[in-house]
Amino acid sequence: MESVLTSPAAASLFGLPAMIFAIIIPLLGIGVFVYIIVRRVTPLIQAAPDDRLNRVPERLKMVLKIWLAQWRQPRYLLAGIIHIVIFFGFLVLGIRSISLVIIGFADHFVMPGFGGSFGRMYNVLKDYAATLVLIACITAAVRRGLFKPARYAVPPRYGHGHTSEAIFVLGLISTLMLSESLFEASQAAAQVQQGVPAEFLAPLSLAWIFRQMLSGVALAALQGIHLSTYFIHDFTFFFFLCFLPLGKHFHVITSLFNVFFMRLEKGRVKPVRYGVEDDQLDELESFGVKKFTDFTWKHILDFYTCADCGRCSDRCPANTVGRPLSPRFVSIKGRDYAFRHYPLGGGNGRPPSEPLMGDIYSADEIWSCTTCGACEQECPLGIEYIDKMVDLRRGMVEEGMVPQSLQKPLGALEKRGNPWGIMEKKRAEWTKALSEDYPVKILDRKNSAATLYFVDSISSYDDRMQSLACATAKILNGVGIDFGILGKAERDSGHEVRRFGEEMLFQDLRAHNTDAIADAGVTRIVTADPHAFNALKNDYAELPPVEHISQTIARHVKSGRLRLKPVEDRTKVYTYHDPCYLGRHNELYDEPRAAIDAIPGLKRVEMTGNCRDRSFCCGGGGLMLFYEPEEEQRMGVLRVEMARKAGADVIVTACPFCLVNIEDAIKVSGMEGQMEAIDLAELVERHMVVA
Amino acid sequence: MEILVCVKRVPDTAENEIEVNREGNDIRRDDLVYSVNEWDNYAVEEAIQIVDKVGGSVTVVSLGDEEAEEVVRREMAMGANNGILLADEAFEGSDGKGLATILKAAVAKGNYDLILTGAQADDGAGQVGGMLAAMLDMPFASLVNSIEVLDGQKLKVGREIEGGNQEMNEIDLPCVLSIQTGINEPRYVGIRGIRKVASVEIPVWGASELGLVPEAVGAVGAKAQRVDYFVPAPGEGAEILEGSTDEIAAKLIELLKAKGGLK
Repeated sequence: MESVLTSPAAASLFGLPAMIFAIIIPLLGIGVFVYIIVRRVTPLIQAAPDDRLNRVPERLKMVLKIWLAQWRQPRYLLAGIIHIVIFFGFLVLGIRSISLVIIGFADHFVMPGFGGSFGRMYNVLKDYAATLVLIACITAAVRRGLFKPARYAVPPRYGHGHTSEAIFVLGLISTLMLSESLFEASQAAAQVQQGVPAEFLAPLSLAWIFRQMLSGVALAALQGIHLSTYFIHDFTFFFFLCFLPLGKHFHVITSLFNVFFMRLEKGRVKPVRYGVEDDQLDELESFGVKKFTDFTWKHILDFYTCADCGRCSDRCPANTVGRPLSPRFVSIKGRDYAFRHYPLGGGNGRPPSEPLMGDIYSADEIWSCTTCGACEQECPLGIEYIDKMVDLRRGMVEEGMVPQSLQKPLGALEKRGNPWGIMEKKRAEWTKALSEDYPVKILDRKNSAATLYFVDSISSYDDRMQSLACATAKILNGVGIDFGILGKAERDSGHEVRRFGEEMLFQDLRAHNTDAIADAGVTRIVTADPHAFNALKNDYAELPPVEHISQTIARHVKSGRLRLKPVEDRTKVYTYHDPCYLGRHNELYDEPRAAIDAIPGLKRVEMTGNCRDRSFCCGGGGLMLFYEPEEEQRMGVLRVEMARKAGADVIVTACPFCLVNIEDAIKVSGMEGQMEAIDLAELVERHMVVA
Repeated sequence: MEILVCVKRVPDTAENEIEVNREGNDIRRDDLVYSVNEWDNYAVEEAIQIVDKVGGSVTVVSLGDEEAEEVVRREMAMGANNGILLADEAFEGSDGKGLATILKAAVAKGNYDLILTGAQADDGAGQVGGMLAAMLDMPFASLVNSIEVLDGQKLKVGREIEGGNQEMNEIDLPCVLSIQTGINEPRYVGIRGIRKVASVEIPVWGASELGLVPEAVGAVGAKAQRVDYFVPAPGEGAEILEGSTDEIAAKLIELLKAKGGLK
């Protein structure tokens, strides 16, 4: 194609060859960028180790799914679509922008492979991409500036809003799109005017529209536009590159890495320190996160990667009920701390040694988390929070900073193996409520069984929850499973003990239970408590296979071994509340539903938008029952409200803690008589056909 | 400031079901779990906080059998600098005065500016603190719920008095204070903290180390003896209100008004 206008590489600017600028801008831009990145990487090098270079195929799969395919974006539909357009626009236009930079000093440069028909196809694609990105930017700016979705708001205690930064960046992107299109359109318009064959511009694309608009413009003016838009693009491109690592748009660079390194296993908690075995923990000088570089490098990368989209906090039950926790700001405060203590200029390069607690984080904030995992489920960038909470709590536990409300149950767990401090010998007393038709063996030297029913503390000791244990025992009997319990040899699974940061107590409980289970000589374990289920499955090691009672029920319903009577009350509408540690953390969504649906005539509705992996935490289990949070409302009350709005009057759950919280919520919100809650095991047991 | 805190190992009332044994001379101890007496734990926390502010060191002392070492260790894990265990067969069966005598001897072996005790113990009579002060001829304040160090010579202490009222006093050092719960928020002592101090040597002092004549303490020296232990028979006068929460509340208000509890 014959060029009518003087190319940037051949032109002159301010009396100098323009090529000088075309070389200086990229050199300077890349130099500054590399400098900034080196500064940003410093805390990552000083940070605690993290084991993320393993399981590369799985990690690449996450990159393809979460990063490239933008898997989680459409969960927030409009924002998601806008992001997908801009994201793919960036991928497509990145090549165009780089080749534009190069032609500034290497005239007629063509990216290798972009010469022939592929190049022509690419040009059409990039014309449309630029157009769509511009439309997306305008939509995003209007949405952000005028409609102001609530989740972007910054509460006063977290400083000023971030809208101006967002709009500024949208402006930069728009400038890139406009300058690139004008650069091309001015050449094409000149070619048309001179009657030489013109560049093909994709119809109705931005460049095509500009060419139409520029058709009557004088050649000299076109030359001016051509050259000026080139340098506007060149400058904006490198300015943007260097601006990215200064704020929330750092994710443009870090997201690929953050997703690659993201946490692969659900339901687990990071070890106290990667590379230190449990039996060497006593030698560690300090536990958990106290100062900034106690975070692992991945956790600091998380801070950098946060795009401030607010999805985590939008789904966070603690934030929703007004507890002083917003996962979004856990990240933003961490990021700003890094920026402050590792400034681009100056700084002594030494890691900050001041405690984070009482500085950027408060104790109430960190204890407010129920570890429900909603934030991590939502984050489109693979940022994790639970491990950070646990690490910060480990630090507080070691410093003795544990709320009084939690000290009693922790002390009781240490002495009696349950948070209420009830005597060990009473652990099996719930079985007394069962008739002789439903014998429950206590596995000791005299009795053995193939299956262990791990009851855990709440179902063993709590008056109301003992009915859940009884129902479970009846179901196990009913389907003919040879089972027994550990009785006084059982201790609390320690699930929350670990998640509340008292790692050594957890390890004591685990060691005790592991021995007791080994002594019982069982080949399977079943439990009706998702917290115990998660602990035994993911926190313990070398145990027989563990199953939740919902899986047992679903399997035996399927095989026909467990038969269920038609539903007692046909006027009732049921809904299923996914317990966090069954659903999100262990992905058991279908088995409990299958179990409920197996009851003939039962009408079940979904709490659409708040079910399955978007389930809303009931208020938290284990030690969270003892914690006294600052909050405006109870999570359980909101949950009951969601069920009511879905048209249900019975909430079925599959976790004793959910049942406690939801039943309490029904009481405190005065909905007794209108709403009720029942455990899956109780519901099934009630409808069980006894052979 | 050199602070000595007297701590006691007691059956944990929250985590035990206390029953009288068959002989009727003690509680059943086979299934009990023990912990630091709650008041003493507040006293240790207070001592640590004072030392954090003005410097010095905290020593905890416990009088009991060998098992009392676990509470000394726990308080050291909390942050106390030194621990002393006072154990001797001759101490067994001491009455309050005997205990105070033993503690006085331990105090005399150090150079303390301030001695703290819990206001009472779960299984005690709330008498040792006062007796100890008298024997040491030191000023004493009981039920202390705030301490402020004025200078090297004086403390300003708050005392909880009847009806939730507060009294403020200045007291000369050295002195003995008995500490009320709620004076602070005691820090948590984790398993890891206890393990860290697991191998610290804790000196054990018996009657000879303390320069005590065995006859002055223990069962022999006791002037007060426990003669019986029993669970009182349920008396009259208790009324269980029944009905819904609202009804119960209404009845309660009615009763309180009728008996002059509400005006």
